[in-house]
Amino acid sequence: MPSSQETIDSLAQREYKYGFVTDIESESLPPGINEDVVRAISAKKGEPDWMTQWRLKALNHWLTMPEPHWPFLPYGYGPIDYQALSYYSAPKRDKLKSLDEVDPKLLETYEKLGIPLNEQMALAGVAVDAVFDSVSVATTFKKKLEEAGVIFCPISEAIREHPELVQKYLGSVVPYSDNYFATLNSAVFSDGSFVYVPKGVRCPMELSTYFRINAQNTGQFERTLIVAEEGSYVSYLEGCTAPMRDENQLHAAVVELVAMKDAHIKYSTIQNWYPGDEEGKGGIYNFVTKRGACRGDRSHISWTQLETGSAITWKYPSVILQGDHSKGEFYSVAVTNGRQQADTGTKMIHIGRDTSSTIVSKGISAGQGHNTYRGLVKINPGAENARNYTQCDSMLIGDRCGAHTFPYIDIKNPTAKVEHEASTSKIGEDQMFYCKQRGITEEDAVSLIVNGFCKKVLAELPMEFAVEANKLLSISLEGSVG
Amino acid sequence: MATPLLEIRNLHASVDDKPILKGLSLTVNRGEVHSIMGPNGSGKSTLASVLAGHEAFEVTEGSILFKGEDLLEMDADERAILGLFLAFQYPVEIPGVSNTQFLKAAINARRKAAGEPEIDALAFLKLVKDKARTVNLDESLLKRSVNEGFSGGEKKRAEIFQMALLEPELGILDETDSGLDIDALRIVSEGVNAMRSPERSFVVITHYQRLLSHIVPDHVHILMNGRIVRSGGKELALQLEQEGYAALEAEVAATA
Repeated sequence: MPSSQETIDSLAQREYKYGFVTDIESESLPPGINEDVVRAISAKKGEPDWMTQWRLKALNHWLTMPEPHWPFLPYGYGPIDYQALSYYSAPKRDKLKSLDEVDPKLLETYEKLGIPLNEQMALAGVAVDAVFDSVSVATTFKKKLEEAGVIFCPISEAIREHPELVQKYLGSVVPYSDNYFATLNSAVFSDGSFVYVPKGVRCPMELSTYFRINAQNTGQFERTLIVAEEGSYVSYLEGCTAPMRDENQLHAAVVELVAMKDAHIKYSTIQNWYPGDEEGKGGIYNFVTKRGACRGDRSHISWTQLETGSAITWKYPSVILQGDHSKGEFYSVAVTNGRQQADTGTKMIHIGRDTSSTIVSKGISAGQGHNTYRGLVKINPGAENARNYTQCDSMLIGDRCGAHTFPYIDIKNPTAKVEHEASTSKIGEDQMFYCKQRGITEEDAVSLIVNGFCKKVLAELPMEFAVEANKLLSISLEGSVG
Repeated sequence: MATPLLEIRNLHASVDDKPILKGLSLTVNRGEVHSIMGPNGSGKSTLASVLAGHEAFEVTEGSILFKGEDLLEMDADERAILGLFLAFQYPVEIPGVSNTQFLKAAINARRKAAGEPEIDALAFLKLVKDKARTVNLDESLLKRSVNEGFSGGEKKRAEIFQMALLEPELGILDETDSGLDIDALRIVSEGVNAMRSPERSFVVITHYQRLLSHIVPDHVHILMNGRIVRSGGKELALQLEQEGYAALEAEVAATA
C-alpha cells in the first residue's frame, strides 16, 4: 500500500502532466491565474463590464484568502498548484478513435447501467460524428419550456441575453467572497446552467434529464443559478450515473437557488466522477458550494444527493430559511469505497418564524473509504417555533473503512424543537448469511441490504432515476465484501 | 429402495477454535423426517449452521454429501440453490427491504442458476398469495421490511412460508417451535406436513417433544456433547420427554 505522501506525489505529477504537456489549442489560455486570464475569459464569453468587474473583485479577494484544510480527510490530498491549472477551455484531451481504445472496465460499467452505445462513446471521450437523438429531444424540450415561459440555458448565454436577472441574483446566495473555492469559481467559472421559472409556473418537465451527454463539457468550474418566482415549481437534476472521466482534477462548482414566496425547488444530484484507481490515484477533487435561499414565506427547497464518485467529496448543500413557514430538506447518500474520502452534510439556517428542516443522511463506507457527516442546524434568535429533524446513519462494510459524524447544533431561540438521531451499523454478517441461505449471492445481498438502508433517500429522487440509482449503488460497492 | 439425500460422516466443527461437533454421523434418505433433540449447548444449532454454510463455523474433520455432492465445497448461496433450506431460530431483520423484494431476489437467483428468465410480476404475486395462505400469513406483512416489527410467531410463520415458496429438497427447522403458542405451532406444523413428500426430507431440530406430536418424525436422534448418542423411532422422543435429558446423560456417561 503506498503511503499517503506517495499518493499525493503521484497525484501532483498527474496534474503536472496534463496541465502542461497536452497541446494547447489556439482557443485556450495558458495555465495560470491572474487578472489577464480573468479578463480574457470574460472577453471570450462576450460578457458585459459588470460581469468582468465582478470576476475581478472575486479574483482579488481570492488572492488574499488562505486555502482551507479543515475537512476530515485521513488520507489528505496533494497540494493543488493553482498556477498549473488551465482556466479556460481546459485543454481538450485527444479524442479516441473508437471504443476499442477505452478502458474495458469503464465499458463494462456502462453496459451494466444500460447506457446506449452512442452515449457510451461520448462519455468515454470517443469522437462521435453521428447526431445524437438527444439533439432533437432538446429541441422539443426547449419549445415546451418556452411556451411555459421558463428560461433554461447556459449561464454564459443568460449573462448576455438576460443580464438583468443574472445581475440581480448571481452571488446573492453565495457571495463572491464566500469561501476559497466559491471565490475562485466566481473569478473563473467556465459555464453552467441558468433556470428562471416565472410566477405561478409549474415547470412542465424535470430539467436536465437529457443532459447526460451535455454535462461532460461543463468543465471544472461550473456555475448554476436557479430562480423560482412566487408560486412556481421546478425540479432539476444534475449529473449522471455513468462514471465520468475528466482530466481536470479539481472541480469547484457553485450552485445557487432562490425560492420566492410559495415556490418550491427540488434539486437532485447524482455524482459519479472518477474516484481514482484502486490506490486512489487520479481521482477528482469535488469541492462544491451549494446553497439555497428560501426568500419568501412558505417557500421550499430540497436537496437530494447520491454521491458515489470522486476521490474527495467536500460539500454541504445548505438552505437559508428566511421566509416564515419555509421548509428546507436534505437527503443524502454518500458512498466511499477504495480510498475515497467524503466530508459532506448540510447547513440549515433558520431565520424566519415557523421554519422547518429535515436532514436524512446515509453514509456508507467500504474498502478503505472514509465517510464523514458534518452538519449544522442553526436557529437564529428571531426564528420562533423552528423545527428540525436530523437522522444520520452510517453503515460500515468491512473493517478497514471509517465513518465519522460531526453534528453542530446552535440554538438561539428557546421555542426551537430539534431532534437528532444517529446510528452506526456494520453490515451484518447475520443479514448476509440470511440472504445467502435463501440463495442470494453475496453481491446481490450487499446491494439489497444497502438499498434498503438508503431507501428513504432514494425515494426522494425523480422516478426515472431511482432504478439507475439502485444499480449505481450496487456497482459502487462491487467487490467490497469478501 | 431408500435414496440418501444427506450423508454426514464423522463431522467435527468448531467456532473460535472451540470444538462443538465431535464426530457426528447421520444419513437422511429422501422422504424422511429426522428429528434432532438434545439439551442446550449440545450442538443442535451448530449443526444447522454448518449444514447451511455459516462462515463462523469451521469444519475440522469429516464430510457432508448432499444429493451426492460435496456440500463443504460450496458457499451458502450455492447450497441453498441446490435445495437446502434453513428455517432460522432467530430470523434477522433487514430494514428497508420488503419481503416481496427479498423473495423475488431469492426466486430469481434460483431461476438464474437454472438458466431461466426472471419470474414475471403476475406469476410471482399469485405464487406468494397461494403460499401465504398455507401458513395463514397476513399478506400485509409482505409489504413490510423483512422480519421488521414481526412478532416471534410471525417470524416463524414467515420462515415456513419462505420454505413453501422456495420448495427445497431438504428443510432444516432450527427450533422453529420455540416461542410459539399452541395455535401457531399447529399452523406451522400443518405448513410443514403439507410439504412432506417422497422426494423431500426434513431435519427438525427441537428441544421439546411437543413439536413432534404435530410433525411426526421417522427417526429421532439425541445429540449430546457434539455427538449422536442414541437413535430410534418417534417413541424415543416420548421416552425422553418422560425421563428428561439428565437421566439419559447419566446413562450415556455410565456406558461411555
